[in-house]
Order: sequence, then structure tokens, then C-alpha cells
Amino acid sequence: MLELRRLNAGYGRAQVLFDFELALGAGEVVALLGRNGAGKSTALKTVMGLLQAVSGEVRFENKSIKNLPSYQIARHGLGYVPEERRIFADLTIAENLEVGRRPPRDGAPHWTPEKLFDLFPNLGRMQARRGGHMSGGEQQMLAIARTLMGNPSAILLDEPFEGLAPLIVESVAATIRELKREGLSVLLCEQNLRYARLVADRVCIIEKGRLCHAGSMSELDTNPSLLQRYLSV
Amino acid sequence: MNMLAVKGLSKSFGGVRAVERVNFSVAAGELLAMIGPNGAGKTTCFNLINGQLRPDAGEIYFEDRKIQGLPPRERCRLGLGRTFQVAATFGSMTASENVAVARLSRERKLGSLFTSFRGSSGKETRALLAQVGMESQADRPCAELAYGDLKRIEFALALAARPRLLLMDEPTAGMASAERGELMRLVADIARRENIAVLFTEHDMDVVFRHADRVIVLADGELIAQGTPAEVRADAQVRRVYLGEEAAHA
Amino acid sequence: MSSSSVLIQFLNGLAGASSLFMVAAGLSLIFGVTRVVNFAHGSLYMLGMYLAVWLAERVGFWAAVPLAAVAVGVIGALAEISVLRRIYKAPELLQLLATFALLLLIKDFALWAWGPEDMLGPRAPGFTGAVEIAGGAFPQYDLLLIILGPVVLGFLYLVLKKTRWGILVRAATEDREMAGALGVNQRWLFTGVFALGALLAGLGGALQIPREPASLNIDLSVISDAFVVVVIGGLGSIPGAFLAALLIAEAKAFCIGLGYSQATLVIEFVIMAAVLVVRPWGLLGRMPVLARPGTAEPPFARPSLRLRWTLAIVAAALALLPVVSGGYTLVLLTDMLIFALFAASLHFIMGPGGMYSFGHAAYFGLGAYAAGMLVLREKFPMELALALAPFAAGFAALVFGWFCVRLSGVYSAMLTLAFAQIAWSAVFQWDALTGGSNGMVGVWPAPWLSSKPAYYFLTLLVCASGIIFLWRMIYSPFGHALRAARDSPLRAEASGIDVRATQWEAFAIAGLAAGVAGALYAFSKGSISPEALGIQRSVDGLVMVMLGGIQTLSGPVWGAALFTWLQDAAARNVDYWRAATGIVILALVLVLPRGVGSLLQARQ
Repeated sequence: MLELRRLNAGYGRAQVLFDFELALGAGEVVALLGRNGAGKSTALKTVMGLLQAVSGEVRFENKSIKNLPSYQIARHGLGYVPEERRIFADLTIAENLEVGRRPPRDGAPHWTPEKLFDLFPNLGRMQARRGGHMSGGEQQMLAIARTLMGNPSAILLDEPFEGLAPLIVESVAATIRELKREGLSVLLCEQNLRYARLVADRVCIIEKGRLCHAGSMSELDTNPSLLQRYLSV
Repeated sequence: MNMLAVKGLSKSFGGVRAVERVNFSVAAGELLAMIGPNGAGKTTCFNLINGQLRPDAGEIYFEDRKIQGLPPRERCRLGLGRTFQVAATFGSMTASENVAVARLSRERKLGSLFTSFRGSSGKETRALLAQVGMESQADRPCAELAYGDLKRIEFALALAARPRLLLMDEPTAGMASAERGELMRLVADIARRENIAVLFTEHDMDVVFRHADRVIVLADGELIAQGTPAEVRADAQVRRVYLGEEAAHA
Repeated sequence: MSSSSVLIQFLNGLAGASSLFMVAAGLSLIFGVTRVVNFAHGSLYMLGMYLAVWLAERVGFWAAVPLAAVAVGVIGALAEISVLRRIYKAPELLQLLATFALLLLIKDFALWAWGPEDMLGPRAPGFTGAVEIAGGAFPQYDLLLIILGPVVLGFLYLVLKKTRWGILVRAATEDREMAGALGVNQRWLFTGVFALGALLAGLGGALQIPREPASLNIDLSVISDAFVVVVIGGLGSIPGAFLAALLIAEAKAFCIGLGYSQATLVIEFVIMAAVLVVRPWGLLGRMPVLARPGTAEPPFARPSLRLRWTLAIVAAALALLPVVSGGYTLVLLTDMLIFALFAASLHFIMGPGGMYSFGHAAYFGLGAYAAGMLVLREKFPMELALALAPFAAGFAALVFGWFCVRLSGVYSAMLTLAFAQIAWSAVFQWDALTGGSNGMVGVWPAPWLSSKPAYYFLTLLVCASGIIFLWRMIYSPFGHALRAARDSPLRAEASGIDVRATQWEAFAIAGLAAGVAGALYAFSKGSISPEALGIQRSVDGLVMVMLGGIQTLSGPVWGAALFTWLQDAAARNVDYWRAATGIVILALVLVLPRGVGSLLQARQ
């Protein structure tokens, strides 16, 4: 579905990713784990065309999308929910969804505001509220819903659980599992193992811009030294 | 003696608390690491101490002198140096000119309009560059240097002000692993030799635990732990915010 | 002032605010989405006026107004597609220069199409009379304008609020990158916004024709007013533009009502100053998000030995020239030297200083006028006047610079132009002191300098020393501090450099040097006219610097010489000099963004 090969990228001359590799299979939920500063967000931004890759390859559904303008990448069916959520604060919930709306795409679930309000009943109840006047959890739901309006076949979630109350964490996790059932592939960044555990089939661990482990969730449990080494203090 | 003491420091942005009643101090010659997950308030803390931001509440003492309200340039003159997360140097100048500007600024000689700029070949400039291992690149423009070298130049720039406290925001970010250890060793050596206190944030735990004398941990704007690296490593709450679960079995 | 005349003045203000609001709203809208400040926005307004007058004779007033507005909208879209679309990722300065070039092209287009005379428009059928309000007569048409301002505000509100396009525009204004990541193609959004902004400017202009004639000078007075309005209201905020337009128009109306029409310029200035001190990003503006990180400027090499020798030989040749040549060549060379100093002074703040000045002629002109006034009114000896006049320019630069260094990038550029326009209007209107549009005559040098070769030598001496001083300053400790402040303000401040004070000082020094050039110019011509500080002169300076290359040391001097010679040669042969300049700027921006000097450097 999505494949990153020997990717080198960063901010200007500050390099963050070093020959980074990653693969996301169809219908799979993969957690990209790593401490902050390890390069997780940079990886997603580079995939999304928000940062320029210096070298390497990014393939999505067997087409190269490396360094395409981000609107084209989005139209190819790759959705992106940034860490800061970046809700349009002056726009209402309904308007935020409208910005994300794209025509239906073959082979991907088709979303409408009504369908999304079933998934996120909260949002449905306050469609006229401005993005700036929402709680963190509501913003996260809106950010996901807004991306789904583009009818993507895969989505990238950057730390979707950050700053959310435990109950909300559970409901966002339920949403992600629901999306998996709908057939979406999901790649999420996480520095928190407990959250990753809620949703991921597989984990990749990134440290200092390199992929240093890839395997199943259960493998991680049988090998605690990995955790100690890459995630703990 | 306390080089820096921060008391009850608080700052919020539009109702969101970034830093909440933070207290800590840095002793002369000490290397203090500030760690914490994303959004913990580390950079905000730095900007408050450096003077780029104004705190909502709390006090900042530099060598027992209250410094809040002073702009960054005044704090620099008092002996509070800083390096940035993304190395900031003067791109249109050579490495030695960069250092010389900082040095002349310290000597208050940058206002002169008609004398010529002679700092760049001075003994002190050369010595500063040699100290960070950049002597051979002295005459190359910063715009052409590799990123790791820029970080070194910025470090020399900060040293040129003869600081007694250095704030270093992620001194090794953007560098490859091998370079990181090297740069941090250099920072630690110089700080110890010249008795400069260093407060730094860092994501690279190898760097933190190898070089810091003490570690403080921020999470959600609050200070949740402080102590020696070993103490912090053993702290249950710290493990929780970093790993997200009780890693008791680890 | 009676209460009824207060009411009338208040209504006058409201009527004046409507058109101003439309231009400013368009400017704000375009900036919000594309992050480009359109210097040609006043020109689109002017175009709206001319087109409306021209169309009104053919299809009648009421059809002409919307047609003119739509036509201007289409022209705006074409300009966006052909020029701006290519430079959205270019440095800010080049974007500003490109819209500046459009301003020049449109001006000459209007000159070509409708001639230099003002064109009076028809009255609006059905709105020719006056109504009685509180015992005074008030034009019906002005009442209509008062209503139209809020109507346009409401229309914009609906478009932005209720249409998908409007939602995308608002989303892109808030976070362009995120909108892109959601699949929004910004290309057509930008074109659409530019067309709408242009249409609003065109409408604002077309609606003015019953009140004032279409004239070629209106573009600059409108753009500087619009700049002031958006700076006060907050760049990117449409309600802010409305509020600020009201504020400015009311203040002006009351100044006129009270019989102080000269004070209208000052009042604008005072309001802006007050707002900027309290709210640096305007009444309803937000702190601008830095669009892009500071671009690394190329290293500024010390003058090579070869350059030093070349300059020495050129100077020697210039000194010997009067022996072999005379008359006209000397006059041309005198001009070249004066403009070389002018260009070097502009380069001082734009190159090493990294500040944009789109109104540098203000200081040139004030130097010239001060020299003239000292000689003619104060009866000072010429030598003393020449020595003192530059300080008037330096003082003005000190005052204007105080504001400019407080704002960054485009804001600062807008202010420089607005200040230059204010200075120009002051000189133009203040008949008693400056001779108004006629200027001053009889500003001659002292007898011992009155021969052409003697004055040429004086100019050579003063300009060469001035340029050498400026160049030395670039390589002085102060010059390094200035470049440090440009390269990385944060780093400079953290290293103990007072960034604002350094830039302010540089601004004043550049103003002083431009004043020297201006004073020399006044005595070389024997007369001064308002053109000395007109926008055209500012443009000339920009072209000279661009031509030579901003990031070279001597480039601007060669640029000045080349440009002055070209202008002299071409002015006699080319009717549309401004348009020609505009095309040269566009070519430089689109093809050779680093200046002619960069070609020479690349060769080496």
C-alpha cells in the first residue's frame, strides 16, 4: 500500500531521517513508535509532500508520490491528520468537513457528513460550532472526520491520542478499529506504547531517524529490552 | 552558588497552559538536562528564561539578580548565552566573522561606523574556533558549511559572549548519531573546564544520561521529577509519561 | 462647527469610506490567501475609473459600473496567471517588485489609452440631486455610496460564508498547507481570489467617477491610502479594513470640514502611528505567521583587488574626463554620479540591511527641497545649504524609519511607500513653502561652482566620498551587526545586538546619503519639482539596485550608471518609459532574479 525506501529528509540542512524504511500493507494498522524527536512526524510530513525528500523513494499503491504537491498526494487517496490537528479555527465543524470533501474514489469507502456524524455523534450535535471552540478530543475527531471526507484508502495519524482524556482515548481507538474494518490502512505515530497497543497490528520503531525494529505487537511483549532501549528513558 | 533559579514560572497561550509553576535551579558548572515528551513546555521554558517570552507569573534569578523584563540582548550581556534548536548563525559571513561579531558585541564595539572590522583574524576568535574544532574552516562562509559544523559555530558564537550560563535547545538535533556524541562531549568538556553552567533539552537519551549531572522532567507544563540520571530513570512517573505504561517488567 | 455640519461631515466621511473599503478589502483578501501584497491594487482602482468613464459614454452609467468592475476582475486574473503564479515561491522582495512592475505597466497603459488629461465622468442618472439633511444639502449619490459600502461587506460575508469557494478561501487564509494536505488545489483558488480582489478595486474606482475625475495620479494616492487602511485594520482582515476605512475617511472628512485640508495627510499618519504603537498588527489583525524561514543570503565578499583597481581607474578616468570632453557628456555624468550615490544608499538598507524600501526617493527629494528652501528662503550660501540639507532627509528617515523597523517584511515595505506618498503630497500641496506643483526655480550653485566642469568635480568628489563611506560602513563593525540582524534576528538579539536600533540607524544613514544626492541634484538642475520625490524616482532606484544585483557591493553603482544612460538615451525615443521600466523589472524578476551582476559573477 505505502512503502518508504531509503528515505532521507529533514528541515533545510538539518537532516532528520536517515535511510528510513517502512511498509504499510493494505488493511493494516501500523504504529510507528519512537521517542519525541526521533523523526516520526518528519516521516509523515515527508510522505505527505509537506517536506521535501532529499533522496529515497515513497510509493503509494505502486505509484511514486515522492515530492508531489501535497494536494495531489491527498487526491491519490492518502489522508493525513497532523499532530497539532490543525483544525480551521474560524470555520465551523460543517465547514471544516466541507474543506476536506472530495468526489468518491473507487476502492475506498465513501464518506458523507451524515455517515461521519454516525461515527462521531458528538460532532453531529454541534455542527455549527467553530473549530476554535472545541475541546481537544472533539478537535481530534473532527480532524479525522475531515480527512475521511476525502475518501482516502489509507490515512496517516500523527499522535492521535496526545492530550486526550482516557475515555476519549478509548473512543478514538474504537474509531481507528472501525476504520480498519471499513478497509482503510492506517499508519499512526505514537510515543506511548499503551496507546499503540490499543489499535496496532504491527509496530515499527524509529530512533534517531532510522528504522531500528519492525515486528508484530506480540513480539514486542516478549522482548522488553527493545522497549527499554528505544522508548523508555 | 545558583547560577539560575526559576521560581513558580507560569505561561499560558490563549488559555492553554504551556508552563505551570515550575521551580528549579542550575548551579555553576553544572550540566542540567531538561527532558519531557512533546508539548511538555521545554522550549517555552527556554524562551522565558532567555527573554523572548514574558512569563505570566513567577520569577527568574540569574546569579541572584531578577532578570524578568530584560530583553534577550541584555540577558546576553549579563552572561546568559543561548543556542537554538535549528542552528542560527549569520549565513552571509564566514565562520570566523560570525564568532568575531559575537565577540565585538560583548566588547560593545559593534556600533563603530568607520573603523574596519578586524575581529575575524584575532587571537581570541581563532582560539574559540579551535575550541570547537572548526579552525580549519574559519574562512568558509556559513552558508556552505554542513549542518553539524553550523551547530559547532553556533556554540562558538555563544561562547564568544563569555557566558556563565548556556541555554542549549536540543544541541544535537538534526545531526547524525556519531556527530551527536562528539558535539555533546565537546560541550561537556568546555563547560567543565570553564565552569559554565549548561541547561539543555535533548531527545537523545544516550546524550542525556551520558553527560547530564542532573535531569529535570517536564510533562504537560509541570515539573514531575528531578534528580540524578539514575534517580530519574528509576522514577515510576517518568516511565509512565515516556512509555505510557507501567514498564515494571522492563 | 454646528451640529448639522458635524452630521454632514460625518456623512461625507461615510461616503468616502465606501470606495476605500472596497480597495482595501480586495488587497486584504489577496494577501490573506496568497501572502502577496499587491502594489498594483491602486492601479486596478484607477483602471476601474477609466474604464467606467469610457464605458459610460457608450452603454450608460449604470451598465458601465458593473462592466468596468468585471473587466478589472478579468485583468486581475490574467495578471495572476501570467505573472504572480510563477513567483509564489520566490522571495518576498521579488513578489513586491513584480506587482510594482504591474503598477507601472497599468499606468502607461492608461496613458496610452486615455491620454494624460483627467477624464470627467458622468453623474449617476437618478442620483443627480441633493437631499436636505439637518438643514444642509447632501448629494443623493453620496447617500447611495454610504449604503453600498456595507452592502459590499455583506456580499463578501455571504460569499465567504455560504459558498464552497468561500469556505476554501477562509481555510487557505488560515492554514494554506493544511488545506493542501486535504486535497485543495490552490492554483485556481489563488486566481479566483485575485480576480475577486481586483474586481472589488475596479468597483471601488468605477463608483467614484461621479465624484472625481479619473486621473493618472490616482493609483498611487489610492494605494497608499489602502496600505494605511490595511495596516491600521490588520492585513488579512476584511472587517478590519471596513473599520479602518471608516476611521480614516471620517478623520479626513472632519479635517476638511474644519478647514484644515492640509492636515488630512498628517491625521492619517498620526492615527496609524497610534494604532501601531498599541497594536502592531492592526486593529483586528493577527501576528503574521512567518511565511518562510529566513533565506540564507549569499556571502558578501570583500572587494577583490581587481574591483579596487577597476574602481580606482574609473575614478581617475572620471577625474580626467573634463579635459577631453565637455557640455552634454558632463551633464550626463553628473547625473550618473548622483544616482550612483542614491542607488548605493538604497542598496545599503536593502542589501546588507535586508529592509525593503519602496519610497527611497522621499529622502532624495527632501534633501533637494531642503537645499532649495535654504538657498531661496533662508538666503543661506549654497555651500552651507548643501551641507545642511541632507540632515533634513536624515531626520525624515529617522522619523519614518522608527515605524518601518518595527514592522517586518511586507508591512514595512507598504509603510515606506505610504510615507513617500505622504511626503510627495505634502510637497505638492504646500504651495507657500514648496511652490506646489511648479516646484522651485533658481536653485543655482555658488559662482565658483557654476561652470559645468566645476560642478562636475564637486559632484565627483562628494558622490565618490559618499559611496566610499557607505561601502566602508558595510565592512565596519556596524555593517556586520546590520548583516547579523538581517541574517538571523534571533541569533543577533541573543548575542547582545539591538536589532531594531541597528536597523533604525542604518535607515537614517541611508536617508542622509540619499539627501546628499538630492541636494546635489537640486543645484545641478537649478530647479526642483515634486517629481524629485515622486514614486517614479523610487522605482528608478529599485531598478538600479536590481539591475546591478542586491547582494553585490558595486553592482548598484554600475546599475545606476547603466540605467541613467539608458533612460537618457531612451527617454528621447520611447514614449512609454514607465512601461518599459515595468517590463525590465518583470524580466529581471522572472528571468534574472539575482541581477545583471550575477551573470558576471557566474562567469568568474
